[in-house]
Amino acid sequence: MRLVYPLLVSALLFSIGVYGVLARRNAILVLMSVELMLNAVNLNLVAFDVWLGDGLRAGQVFALYIITIAAAEIGLGLAIILLVFRNRQTSDVDALRELGEYEHDRLVEEAAEAEQAIPRQAVREQAAAQ
Amino acid sequence: MRAYAGLLPAIPFLAAAVGLLFGPRFPRLVAPLAVYATGAALVLSLPIWWLARDGVVVETTRELTPTGAFPITVGTRVDGLAAVVAVMVCAVALAVQVYSTQYLHGDRRYSSYAALVSLFTAAMLTVVLSGDLIVLLIGWEVMGICSYFLIGHYWEQDWVQGAAVKAFVMTKLGDVPFLFGIFVLAADAGSFRIGDVLETAQTGQLEHATLATLLLLGGVVGKSAQFPLHSWLPDAMAGPTPISALIHAATMVAAGMYLVARLYPAFAVATATLAVLGVIAAITMVGSAVAAFAQDDIKRVLAYSTVSQLAYMGGALAVGAVGASMFHLLTHGAFKALLFLCAGAVIHVVGTNSLRALGGLRAAMPITFVTMTLGLAALVGIPPLAGFFSKEAILTAAEHVMAGEPAVEGAPLPAAWVGGLVLVAGLVTVVLTTAYCTRLWLMTFLGSRRAGVVAAVAEESGVAQPSADESAITGSQPAHTGSPAVGAAHDPPPAMSWTLVALAVPTVLLGFFGLSAILLPKWLPGGEAGAGHPALVPGLVTSLISVGAIAAIGWYVYRRWAADPVADLADAFLGRYRAVVEDGFGIDRLYNRLFVRPTYALAHAIQRTDDDVVDASVRGSGTGARALGAVLRRVQTGNVQTYLTGILVGALVVGLSVAAAAR
Amino acid sequence: MTGVEVLFLLLGAVAVGAALLVVSSRNLVHAALWLVVTLGALAGCYLLLTAELVAWVQVLIYVGAVVVLLLFGLMLTRAPIGYSAEFTSGNRWMAAGVAGATAGVLVTVVGQAFGDAYVDVHAGVAGSSGAIGSAIFRYWVLPFEALSVLLLAALVGAIVLSRGGAASPGTDGTGIDGTGIDGSVTGSLAADQAGRVGDGAREGER
Repeated sequence: MRLVYPLLVSALLFSIGVYGVLARRNAILVLMSVELMLNAVNLNLVAFDVWLGDGLRAGQVFALYIITIAAAEIGLGLAIILLVFRNRQTSDVDALRELGEYEHDRLVEEAAEAEQAIPRQAVREQAAAQ
Repeated sequence: MRAYAGLLPAIPFLAAAVGLLFGPRFPRLVAPLAVYATGAALVLSLPIWWLARDGVVVETTRELTPTGAFPITVGTRVDGLAAVVAVMVCAVALAVQVYSTQYLHGDRRYSSYAALVSLFTAAMLTVVLSGDLIVLLIGWEVMGICSYFLIGHYWEQDWVQGAAVKAFVMTKLGDVPFLFGIFVLAADAGSFRIGDVLETAQTGQLEHATLATLLLLGGVVGKSAQFPLHSWLPDAMAGPTPISALIHAATMVAAGMYLVARLYPAFAVATATLAVLGVIAAITMVGSAVAAFAQDDIKRVLAYSTVSQLAYMGGALAVGAVGASMFHLLTHGAFKALLFLCAGAVIHVVGTNSLRALGGLRAAMPITFVTMTLGLAALVGIPPLAGFFSKEAILTAAEHVMAGEPAVEGAPLPAAWVGGLVLVAGLVTVVLTTAYCTRLWLMTFLGSRRAGVVAAVAEESGVAQPSADESAITGSQPAHTGSPAVGAAHDPPPAMSWTLVALAVPTVLLGFFGLSAILLPKWLPGGEAGAGHPALVPGLVTSLISVGAIAAIGWYVYRRWAADPVADLADAFLGRYRAVVEDGFGIDRLYNRLFVRPTYALAHAIQRTDDDVVDASVRGSGTGARALGAVLRRVQTGNVQTYLTGILVGALVVGLSVAAAAR
Repeated sequence: MTGVEVLFLLLGAVAVGAALLVVSSRNLVHAALWLVVTLGALAGCYLLLTAELVAWVQVLIYVGAVVVLLLFGLMLTRAPIGYSAEFTSGNRWMAAGVAGATAGVLVTVVGQAFGDAYVDVHAGVAGSSGAIGSAIFRYWVLPFEALSVLLLAALVGAIVLSRGGAASPGTDGTGIDGTGIDGSVTGSLAADQAGRVGDGAREGER
């Protein structure tokens, strides 16, 4: 089999993964796209390993390890996304802008509006406590 | 002895230095230091003057350091003219110093005043005696700065500051061409020494005589307050009256005419310059005499009168009568100083300058009355006072030139029309001088006191200056707040009144010394060397015309005054033109429009350019940096995907470049 | 064109097509399911390349565990079930450009470098379990052990992170079960940035 085929598939998968990482708004979909990229890399490694006939099987072993790490990473990534969702009630990546240059002013404004929201919350909490 | 003439400026200079440094600490020593130093200078000048009668020019020169192409030497050139003018300067300075001890008694700045007067004396003596043009220029400029300081003695008031600055700026404006004139002379003569310049001129090798002398004339016009740089002198009356007497009557303003006389061989070659000088003199003579008639301030009348009399000297120089011109300089120094000091006495005692507030002081101030009458008579030219002789000498010379003969034997012969112009202008000015002097005399001393209008005068006098100039400043001292109430006038204290008497003596007698060639004319420059010194005798025709005119006009003015003693004669004669004439024919307003306002506009434009262009560029660099930073900050959107995009694009570009480079 | 090649191309096309659907599908769950298809197709590709162990591990871990995890994540984050119009990101065109450029570069490089290379898949099974296993435990033991530590750390970390609001700093009062309150931003990060005023108000009313 021509080596070019797996390499082509891998290249296309990688590019599609890049698109997904950059364009998707839901954080979980971004993770999925990252998985795509990792898989493309795996395919590349396996194809080269088989082509070279490596005695140490470095390519395939590396691919196995990548699968392992990807699993660990997905677990932690999802935990983080869950936390973010808990705090923000959203998993929209576009909403996570604290490091933006003009975010501080926007957040101060929002916190000032939140000031009005808190007394309502306090009333509700007291009503719930009684 | 004459080789030590360099001491003459040195003594007052030392007194000035000591006075400026230590005066405030030892206030009781200030007056003696000033008076005795000037007295010592006078005593030293007398033997020098006596020795100079032999007509030999004694020069000392010393080169202190090499100064490049043309050496600048330090030294004196003592000829007869220099010696006699030096005596006059020292005498008037001494009189002024003595007078000031009383006039400025209790003034808190008296020590610096006295020191500056000594410095001025030293500078004037430098101009008179210097043998080198650059050293003369130094003295010239030091005189200018002393004049500025002394005019601004009462600098707390704005108009005084303005007057001082105006005087300084206008004279300096004339000094720029003056400087270049010196350069041209030196370039032609190959040296700055006056002796070398005169020798070059006399041997006819002065190539650019006309150019040089025209440039020098700029400085003369500025310093001697001739048209068009004359309007600083009336405003300079803001200074204390002794200063007006010393600087702006007898000495500094005369320095311009003195310079022309000193360098006369150069001027004699440049007939065009002499013609220009004649025209300027004629215009100035008549114009300032008319303006003097309309003034309300007694000092301004005398200031315009000074301008007019200086024009007489200029006119004499223009027709080639150097001796007559210098004779007039000497007599004018005597009687004008006298007049100013008398005016100062009136102001000191009465407390106001304004003629509208004077009157009837004859009985109360007899000494002042007599001396001022003598001074005014000399100014008008009534025989046998000094002014008559000197003025007639000038008019006679002009008459000779008009007739086609040189003014004196061996003098240069200018065009006949110059003589005619000077003669006519001179006679007209005699008439005008009589008019304003009579007005001044009548309104100050005769009649009765116009005391009731003092308050109104103080309010409404905004034309030139407030009526009581000094009393506003030294208000706490009793010297100048002589109450303007009726009956408070009296003769001034002895230091002042004896000075008046001392100055009255040459006013009366000096004229006779010109009559014989063996007297005063021995010191004055005559025609060519060896042609003998001509006697300064009044010519018959001009004398008759002058005396007749004086008598007629004097009588006429008296009659008009007697009809209404309280009214101001200027209103009667000039009617509705009085305001324009009193304002100096609007010259100052013209200068304001022509020069002052454009200069202000230029200054504002430059300031705005500095603010909006230069500063804005500097500020703009900061603003630009901030703007650039703001633009760059927009990259920080906080969106992770944007950052990732950037990273990937960058990686792609790097990869592509590497691939392309490897190819 | 051998049979292996045809099959490989087919599986590759399926993988690429499913991947395209993953990144463009508007239904989130569908996207996850298309990911399954992609991963499965890739497992097939591995098999064709005679990398058996990798293929089955791929199916076990990726298709089996990771995708399930992703689906759980979608559920817990209340991802909209069904179609939603939210997925239009402003980044789309830029991302498409970058992806296209990446594809171009990679394909060009790969094609030019390995255009003539051949893989001999009939020479024997290159990736049998025995071969891979002995390779791992003979040559790659250390990374193996390190990976086990990493997995332990990831496990512990995931548990710590997802234990809930009681352990997080600041008073956010959101409750352990994550029930939201009406739209106000009370997270700790927002609290710090909003300044002491918010804190003061909340302290005041407590």
